Amino acid sequence: MTEYPKISPLGDRGILIEFGGDIESETLQKVLFYKQKIEKEKFKEDIQVTNTYNSLLISYMFTIEDVYGEFLELKELISETNIPKKRDYKIFHIPVCYDEEFGFDLEQISRVNNLSQPEIIQLHTSPLYQLYFIGFLPGFLYLGGLRKELYIPRRNTPRKSVEKGSVGIGGNQTGIYPKTSPGGWQILGRSPVNLFDKNSLPPSPFSAGDKIKFFEISKDDFYEIEGQVKDGLYKLKTEKHES
Amino acid sequence: MKAEIEVLQPGLFSTIQDLGRFGFQKYGVPYSGVMDRYAMRICNLVLGNQENDAVLEITLLGPQLKFHSAALICISGADLSPQLNGERFQNNKLIRINSGDILKFGKCRSGFRSYIGIQGGFKSQVIMKSRSWYEDITDNFRLKKGMSLEFTSQNSSNSKTHATLKLNTAYLQNDIVEVYPGPEFSQLNSLQQKAIFNDYYTLHENSNRMAVQFKEDLENQLEAIITSPVMPGTIQLTPSGNLIALMRDCQTSGGYPRVLQLSEKGIQVLSQTLPGDRIKFFRKDYQEIQQNTI
Repeated sequence: MTEYPKISPLGDRGILIEFGGDIESETLQKVLFYKQKIEKEKFKEDIQVTNTYNSLLISYMFTIEDVYGEFLELKELISETNIPKKRDYKIFHIPVCYDEEFGFDLEQISRVNNLSQPEIIQLHTSPLYQLYFIGFLPGFLYLGGLRKELYIPRRNTPRKSVEKGSVGIGGNQTGIYPKTSPGGWQILGRSPVNLFDKNSLPPSPFSAGDKIKFFEISKDDFYEIEGQVKDGLYKLKTEKHES
Repeated sequence: MKAEIEVLQPGLFSTIQDLGRFGFQKYGVPYSGVMDRYAMRICNLVLGNQENDAVLEITLLGPQLKFHSAALICISGADLSPQLNGERFQNNKLIRINSGDILKFGKCRSGFRSYIGIQGGFKSQVIMKSRSWYEDITDNFRLKKGMSLEFTSQNSSNSKTHATLKLNTAYLQNDIVEVYPGPEFSQLNSLQQKAIFNDYYTLHENSNRMAVQFKEDLENQLEAIITSPVMPGTIQLTPSGNLIALMRDCQTSGGYPRVLQLSEKGIQVLSQTLPGDRIKFFRKDYQEIQQNTI
């Protein structure tokens, strides 16, 4: 049996800390608590800490000189066991148009999952989704909290091109395509907002640990917001949640 | 003073690279940066540059470039038979270029990727603190005919360069690739563990800056893992038994078992191996740490 947390080198420029546990909020709280702690203690331009569901990667711009020293320091930092249950986060409200013009697979989801389209929209907009981390593509959000009733397998044949902003479901995951790309998810709508802007610093407003709520907009709203986004006038509705 | 290089022929695949977009991986941005850091380092040392000054990474068939200003350059990494106005010159040396000179390349004599460094570095667009070209991040993502590359022309008299530079070019011919066991290595059975280090693996033609793939399969029963961190040098094993060595432009997370992790030296050797050639993995362990932490 592996004992967690497990700390091990990943090549000459990385140290991996695995915490065990599954895709669940509790594991994420733990991972993010240590992430923050390490970032605070070890803040340097050439070191960064990234997380996934149950791991932290401390990566170094150059080969680690004193691996043993880094190990001891990190071990000390993750020995703290008093993890606060709550932490600060932001809630982002993301507009989605669930019109059939954008939601190519609404009919399919409706048939396979035996739900009316208003039911699908209600089920998709009701949860407060947990943002676990950003990965896969620049700006792609790994979200947790999709309602079971909406689980649906990916399409048998992926589409050659899925429009940027498309909101889809693949298995038990839901997410937004940050750019136009090939994809096999079942598409239920589209958001006019930009999830990733390479010319902004930071390029994305989201951080691991934030929460996302989708809200329904009409087609007219979609085009209006799209215009505002283009002109740089649209601001995502955001709430700060302090513990 | 702004100066320009005109691209007469782009070569097989050429990109501007520096040390990459370090620090932006939490937004899902690939690291990018030069494949062979050693070669870039040599270029910048010879030129008296900053270590992060951008270079041009060229692959197998070099470009043809016309300089519209004087410049100092240095070429390192693969030996692609560089020529200045038709005259052959050596890698790892400071080369003086006059306005109107034409740089081109010939036969590949060793390695796979070569680097053109220029005094002051190439001045391409900076996105997220890096000049490294990557599709959808930078406007340009590969060298094209007719493009012009900018650099800052220097007062060439004040070049303070390293007189005594110890060079190691043996890695360009090396077929031994150094790896550490990866996080999921222990899940392989003993036969698989043996096969990984005893067999030769041939680089697939599909290999690129994102990943190096191999033609030989490794029998595999391992299931996918929960999406976890990966970085350049991570070698994944797919359900169909393919080994995929992630390189500089790779994604930041992945769901395949991470069976091996290349050392920096291993990345360097693999970056300089031609598709179609074969390599052998050589196991390196994190001994010092293991001994010290027990």
